Amino acid sequence: MRVKTFFGGIHPKYEKETTAGSPIEILPAPETLVVSMDQHTGAPAAPVVAKGDTVKVGQVIGETSHGISAPIHSPVSGKVTAVEPRLHPCGSSRMAVVIENDGRDEWVERENHNDPVQLDRNTILQKIKDAGIVGMGGGGFPAAVKLSPPKNAVIDYLILNGSECEPYLTADHRVMVEYADDVILGAKLMAKVCGARKIIIAVEDNKPDAITALQERAGAIEIVPVATKYPQGGEKQLIKAVTGREVPSRGLPFQAGTIVHNVSTALAVTRAVRDGEPSIMRVVTVTGGVVNEPKNFLARIGTPFEYLFEAAGGFKEEPGKILVGGPMMGVTQISLDTPVVKTVTGLVALSKDDSSLPESIPCIKCARCVDVCPAYLMPLRLEAFGMNEMWDEAAEYGAMDCIECGCCSYICPSKRPLLQYIRLAKREIAAANRRKSS
Amino acid sequence: MMEDLKLVISPSPHIRDKDTTQNIMFSVLVSLLPVLVAAVYFFGLNALRLVVLSSAAAVATEAVFQKLRKKPITVWDGSALVTGMLLGLIVPPTLPSWMVVLGSVFAIAIGKQVFGGLGQNPFNPALVGRAFLTASFAVPMTAWTGPFDTVSAATPLALGAARTSLPDLFFGSVAGSLGETSALAILLGGIYLFYRGALDYRIPLGIFGSTIVISLLAGQNPVFHLLSGSLLFGAVFMATDMVTSPVTPIGRWIFGIGVGLIIMLIRLWGSYPEGVTFAILIMNAVTPLLNRWTRPRIYGQGVKASE
Repeated sequence: MRVKTFFGGIHPKYEKETTAGSPIEILPAPETLVVSMDQHTGAPAAPVVAKGDTVKVGQVIGETSHGISAPIHSPVSGKVTAVEPRLHPCGSSRMAVVIENDGRDEWVERENHNDPVQLDRNTILQKIKDAGIVGMGGGGFPAAVKLSPPKNAVIDYLILNGSECEPYLTADHRVMVEYADDVILGAKLMAKVCGARKIIIAVEDNKPDAITALQERAGAIEIVPVATKYPQGGEKQLIKAVTGREVPSRGLPFQAGTIVHNVSTALAVTRAVRDGEPSIMRVVTVTGGVVNEPKNFLARIGTPFEYLFEAAGGFKEEPGKILVGGPMMGVTQISLDTPVVKTVTGLVALSKDDSSLPESIPCIKCARCVDVCPAYLMPLRLEAFGMNEMWDEAAEYGAMDCIECGCCSYICPSKRPLLQYIRLAKREIAAANRRKSS
Repeated sequence: MMEDLKLVISPSPHIRDKDTTQNIMFSVLVSLLPVLVAAVYFFGLNALRLVVLSSAAAVATEAVFQKLRKKPITVWDGSALVTGMLLGLIVPPTLPSWMVVLGSVFAIAIGKQVFGGLGQNPFNPALVGRAFLTASFAVPMTAWTGPFDTVSAATPLALGAARTSLPDLFFGSVAGSLGETSALAILLGGIYLFYRGALDYRIPLGIFGSTIVISLLAGQNPVFHLLSGSLLFGAVFMATDMVTSPVTPIGRWIFGIGVGLIIMLIRLWGSYPEGVTFAILIMNAVTPLLNRWTRPRIYGQGVKASE
């Protein structure tokens, strides 16, 4: 059978072998946790605890702000020792609640439901919202908002994204293998909320064990193997691969009759609706060439990176780069004191050799960037417009349709910083649009 | 051990494909080796003399030009060597040494460096060099000798299909420019480049396609037209120059078809027997327009939201 895929994309070295086969390890909570109030797209949560307060596991410590937002819960029981800005994976400081773990794991009261699919739509949605569930694939968009498209929208497909196309990362892979039942249940709950007619779980064909595990329990859900190619897990690319539809330019997936959620988000939904557990932990892949024992951990939100790397046996040699996320879209970190937030899919420690920055030489118009662009853009032209500050031309050539997957910079034989200039152009275009509208 | 880490901060992506522009240039040089071997086999050490002189002059010109402009010297990227080698392979075997050197200097200085160097030139530099030599020294640039001797001979295009053996054309045992006579050697190089991922198949196929169609329409032998003159060398090594050909798939088809069309127009009705150089240069000039006209449809553009 020909597996489904999209046009463009690249085949980087996947580097998943070290962790793809190793079961998820439950990581004990550390003594001190730093729980950021900014763990999602939209407005940060507002802290509702103060220094000296005692908290229980699952207690709300950050409340939803206006507009798009999500609440934050305490991942441990213990005492609040500070409410202050702390280092965040984005590279700057964000308001955080620092909690000293008392080691007792005392929970707030949890509400269980043995057959949660029987709950009505609004109850499920409210539980997802109250549990602070956000896009666990790294997007961080509040799940409840994504599951509430406009009333007149018809959702034909709920697509669960199990492609995990970023090199190195295997967290979603292990979730699908070990929590297949919960992923399936989460999919059903989400489909009920958004009224999807059909559920599809798309998995890259380099994860046959995940495909088998899901297929054994699938029932009416369709498990669709998709080609192993980056960025197969890009929302728009996955929709195109699985349904043949395209999301309108600058539009949202519901406009193509689809809603896409990550498989790990589905797991979080099951935990929230069936077990009454809010989003306080996630699976994090800790890996990279310089890590002694690469592993997948089920870690509490707020766990400092250093604690995770130590649990993975520490470093063989001093790392050159620490990434949150995979090497294609991941963000470099400045410190190991930074804590896990809900969107940290993995930590990748690259060697100093792998961290050297390439020197760029002039573009020879080989057009490999055009060939690989999954948004069908001409990155070389956009880069030239960006360098020459030709923002109108960049907008005309579709800079705002760029999904920032990085395929262009990856493939460029002249090692040009294509994506950097496209990002610059996007920022300038957005700023100009704001000026125009105000 | 975890304190005081000196971590690199940089924007994504953090991994890069291992292929480089230098490697691509090197591959082109490798792909020209069968052609060079064939040239030396058929035309003796004269071939080597011309190719070496042309290559050396190209590299030296690039270095001197960059030195004068106080720019970094980048001859190690291999692009000047490619231009020099290409020019050396498309001149007649008896061309005086100083002429090929002059052509090579012109190719790099006027064909490439005045536009800003690598990647900036609108026209294929080696063909700019050949056009310059043809215009300046029309007689030595068309003084052909047969293979294995120095007696002047007519090229297959001048003789016509009826007086040319097709196997000779294929293997290269005919009069012509050094590297252009052996179809076999050119195809070997082209196949290597294609598998190496450094040659876009659309351009040569476009050229072959339009050449075949027009020769059939004109009642001539298409195989003869494909194998004679500079067509094959031009289609494989010149028209596919990345810098001077379109970046879109459709643009490349149009480019190739256009080159073939102009070649045949010149061959059938022009005052020159051969038109590959001018055909490619003319299509080089159209390349920016083709890029603009054949922009791919962007994902999601023109797609209506479902209700």
